[in-house]
Formats: sequence, C-alpha cells, structure tokens
Amino acid sequence: MSAFKSSKMLLGAMALATAFSAPVLAQQKSVAITAIVEHPALDAVRDGVKDQLAEAGFEAGKNLKWQYQSAQGNTGTAAQIARKFVGDRVDVIVAIATPSAQAVAAATRDIPLVFSAVTDPVVAKLVASSEASGTNISGVSDALELDKQIDLIKRIVPNATRVGMVFNPGEANSVVVVEQMRKLLPEHGMSLVEAAAPRSVDVGSAARSLIGKVDVFYTSTDNNVVSAYESLVKVGSDAKIPLVAADTGSVARGAVAAYGMDYYALGKQTGAMVVRILNGEQPGAMPFETSNILELHVNPKAAQSQGVSLSAELLESAGKVLD
Amino acid sequence: MSLYTLLGALEIGLIFSLVALGVYISFRLLRFPDLTVDGSFPLGGAVAAILISTGSDPFVATFAAMLAGAVAGLITGWLNVRLKIMDLLASILMMIALYSINLRVMGKPNVPLIMEPTVFNVLQPDGMADYVFRPLLLVLIVLLMKLLLDAFFATQTGLAIRATGSNARMARAQGVNTGLAVLAGMAVSNALVGLAGALFAQTQGGADISMGVGTIVIGLAAVIVGESLLPSRKLYLATIAVIVGAIVYRFFIALALNSDFIGLQAQDLNLVTALLVTVALVVPRLRQHWSGRKGG
Repeated sequence: MSAFKSSKMLLGAMALATAFSAPVLAQQKSVAITAIVEHPALDAVRDGVKDQLAEAGFEAGKNLKWQYQSAQGNTGTAAQIARKFVGDRVDVIVAIATPSAQAVAAATRDIPLVFSAVTDPVVAKLVASSEASGTNISGVSDALELDKQIDLIKRIVPNATRVGMVFNPGEANSVVVVEQMRKLLPEHGMSLVEAAAPRSVDVGSAARSLIGKVDVFYTSTDNNVVSAYESLVKVGSDAKIPLVAADTGSVARGAVAAYGMDYYALGKQTGAMVVRILNGEQPGAMPFETSNILELHVNPKAAQSQGVSLSAELLESAGKVLD
Repeated sequence: MSLYTLLGALEIGLIFSLVALGVYISFRLLRFPDLTVDGSFPLGGAVAAILISTGSDPFVATFAAMLAGAVAGLITGWLNVRLKIMDLLASILMMIALYSINLRVMGKPNVPLIMEPTVFNVLQPDGMADYVFRPLLLVLIVLLMKLLLDAFFATQTGLAIRATGSNARMARAQGVNTGLAVLAGMAVSNALVGLAGALFAQTQGGADISMGVGTIVIGLAAVIVGESLLPSRKLYLATIAVIVGAIVYRFFIALALNSDFIGLQAQDLNLVTALLVTVALVVPRLRQHWSGRKGG
C-alpha cells in the first residue's frame, strides 16, 4: 500500500519535474525506435541503441524524448507505427529488421531513418548500393562475411563435406544467407544441404530430416531457428552432428562455436550512427555499415556431446570459452 | 495525435475496409467461415509487387492481384463444393498452401516497392502531399467497390449468393445452384482481399511473406465493430457499417500507440486495442439498455 502510494507520489513528482523542465529543454532531441516483433536479438539491438545514446549524453527521459513501439508481428501495425513516428516529427527514426525499415522508408523521405539488423539493405531497396545513399536513410547491416564462417566450420570439423542448414523460407534475412552459402560452399569443396522450417515448431523435425545427410550444421540468425535452438541442439547431440552458429548467443545455448556478432554491440554501433545524426551529420552522407565487432565463442561441453574435440589452438584464439 | 498519424490510420483503415467487405461477404452473406484471407491478402501484395518491380504497369498489376485473389477464393470454394471438404478446413488448407505459393510468386520472402511507380504516385497531382492524396484516392476506390458490391448483390447471381447463405436448402428448392453461388461469393470476397493486399504493398514499401498474419482477425473485428456501431439489415447500410468498422479499428490502434502518457508500453498495444474494441462493442448495447429503460 505504502509502496503504491510512494510510487504514485514519485510519478506525480516526475510529471511536475517534466512540466517545469520542459521549457528549458526546448532543444530536446527525440528518437523513435520500432521493431517488427519482440525477439531476444532484436530487443538487444534496441537496448544497445538506448545505452549508446546515453553514453553520448542523450539520456532518455532527461534530455532525450525516447519512444519504442513493437508491431507485435503485424505488418499493418508496423505501417501505422511508421506513420505515427513521422507525424511526431522526431529527429531520428530507428527501424529494426526489414519489414519495419521498409514501412518507415515508405512513410518519409525527409526524417532520418537508421535501420539495424537488416541483412541486405540493397536487396531490401533501402539503399541503392554500399555507397552513401544521398537520401534520408543509413544504418547497420547484420550481414556476416561468409568466408570467415566457412573457415570456422573447417576448423571445427576439418573433414566436413556436407553442411546442413535449417532455415525459414519466409524470412528475407535468412534466405539471403542460404543463397550465398549455396554459391560459396562448393568453392571450399563442400556442399549445402537445406531443410525448411516455416514455423519454429518445425525446426526439430527439419533438423532430424538431415541426419545422415550432413557432417555439420551451420545455423544463421534465422528467427525460427534461434527461437527453437534447443531442439537443434538435441538433434546435434543425439546424432553427433556438431553445430556451428552465426551469433554468439547461440553458443551459450549449445552450439559448439560461433564467430559472430553480439546483437547488443550491433545496437551500440547503430546508436553511434544515431548520435552522429543528432549532432548534425546527414544520413545521406553516411554509407551503411556492417558489424565491426566479431568474436569467437566456443563451448567445449557442447563439443563433447556433439562428438568433436576442439583443438588447443582454437580454444586459445577464442574470445570466450563457456564452461 | 498528429494529423499525419490520423491520415495514416485512415489510409490503412480504408485498405483494410476492403478486407472487411470481403470477410462480410464470406462470413455474413455466405455464412462460409473463410480463413483463405490470411493467404489471399499477401497473395494480392505478392502479385502486385512482383509485377510492378519487373516493370509492369501498376494498374495492370493491381488488377492481376484482384484476379489472383479471386482464383484463390474459387479454389477454396471448389474444395468445399466439389470435394465436399468442410468449409473451415477447406479454407485452412488454402491458407496454408498460399504461404508456399506466395513464396513462389515472389521468389523470395520480401519484394520492396520503395522507388517504383504505384497507382498512388502515378495519379498523384503535383503540389499535393502524398499523405493527403493516398487516403483521398482510397476513399474513391473503396466507395466504388462498395457501390459495385451493392449493385452486384441486387442482381440474380448476387441474390442467389445471399439466398444460399441464409438458407441453402430453401435456395435449392427455389432452383438456385448453391454450389455455383458459393464459388461466386468466394471469388468476389477474395478478389476484394487481393485488391487490399495489392494496395497495401503499394503504400507500405513492398510485399512481405508475413504481411498476411492475422488478416482474418482484423477483418472480422472490423465487421463486428461496424455492425455494432451501425446495426442494419439493409445491405447498402451494412457495407457502410463494415467500412466504418475497419476505419474505427485503425483509429483504436492509433489511440493505443499514443497511450504512453498513461504509463502503457509497447508490449501492451494488442491488449489496449482489444480493450478499446470491447468498449466499442459494449457501449451500443448499454445505450440500448438505458434508452429501453427510459421508454419503459
């Protein structure tokens, strides 16, 4: 009861404080951020953006008007959120993942848009090329250099020839990776074996359908795969097929290794771009970026249960060894 | 709430009012619980987006999207009428199948339309802002569709569809080919939904495979909100009610998006929308209740 009362008083005090401080902060900046859906990786991006802004002196609730909206998986709502942000005339809009970014791009040609976690912004037509766009759009892609990913697969399972991938054929980001792998793997003497999982409940059975056909699993940041990662891990340890992941978060959940990005760091990188725009730079003069911080995470326990031994050299080069 | 937000809500509401009209035809007139909508909405978007992005005329693309929707509805009807598959299941089968078909149509999960010509930017007069012109054009399209529907349901075929929905046995006794009526109704219903998908893709930056999720829920909510706000047994009033319902539903979402001042957060959006719709459904009944008391 008293806690309730005091929190109410606190709210009142805050309302008063904002009411009084508002005129002083006429120069207050506003950032609006939207994501197509709630998801651990996407939420990490959002938090990264917010924390980076705070580090640069733009603190939400103090000198920054910060708002976050999730479309909760509905594209109609995503479109409305885009309209609302444009209507609010915010200083920068941050859009996480392709459908949200496209909805904002369709809604405004003048408010700066910074996208994040879009794997191929050129295919998504957000920007025309990897050069500075000259428009109101820039951002950070979560694309990985796949050659380095293939190198890691070779280091984990040196004699692997068949790489299995479970993916959602309905996810743009995921399809991009599968298509590139299909082209790249033969150059390294390997082949790709795919299994589709249109829903996250299909991930386990799709993985099982690959038993006997593949030597190693490679998992991209496919939303379905990431949300049902445990079912893949189970198949991996039952059938002794090691899992190599694209994001470090999956290593903690049972992948043998990942040379990947941390979505929180990706969010901070996105936040740094937002700060540059808030400080007066033009998004059209900034080429889009890809993740600049990659880290190798390994999980020896998972390696053991999935039937591979990790070399001392690999363990030494790892940025983080999980125990 | 800014003017831009309001016009945005109006624009999306008008697009979804075409979905609502389609749902009204299947659920209310034909009494056919049709979930095909979740697949025919993105189908319309997919067909329009892929045609426009490969250089077709946006009007041709939009018309092709309508036809594609009609074919999807025809197949659902055919599964039910000819293969005797239960109506709900027939529409579920079609909805699932359309997911793969839509991926085939687009060739990838996402076809962007950001710089391409659309029916909106081709017709847009100079000096008029796009956020004003889009709802204006949509008002014309929706009104045109409404009038066409009103006229259609007064023809022999239209009346046969309505008779089939209200009492199939009686309709057959009167010599109506009820199978054909179901096929026609489903085709018209899903053509409207396909058109909505095509317009949506052209206003929102492209087609995405996930754009169909929950379409039927929004369509049904719009129909029911509309019916409770403007109850009527006359078809030309009922179609207006359905359109109003779809727009009101969007205004509720806009309101929910702007409810942060009372401490609500992003994750509460769907809950707030549900609460607002509940209020919209209950208030007319309460009003009736009170006015009934006064009268008695």
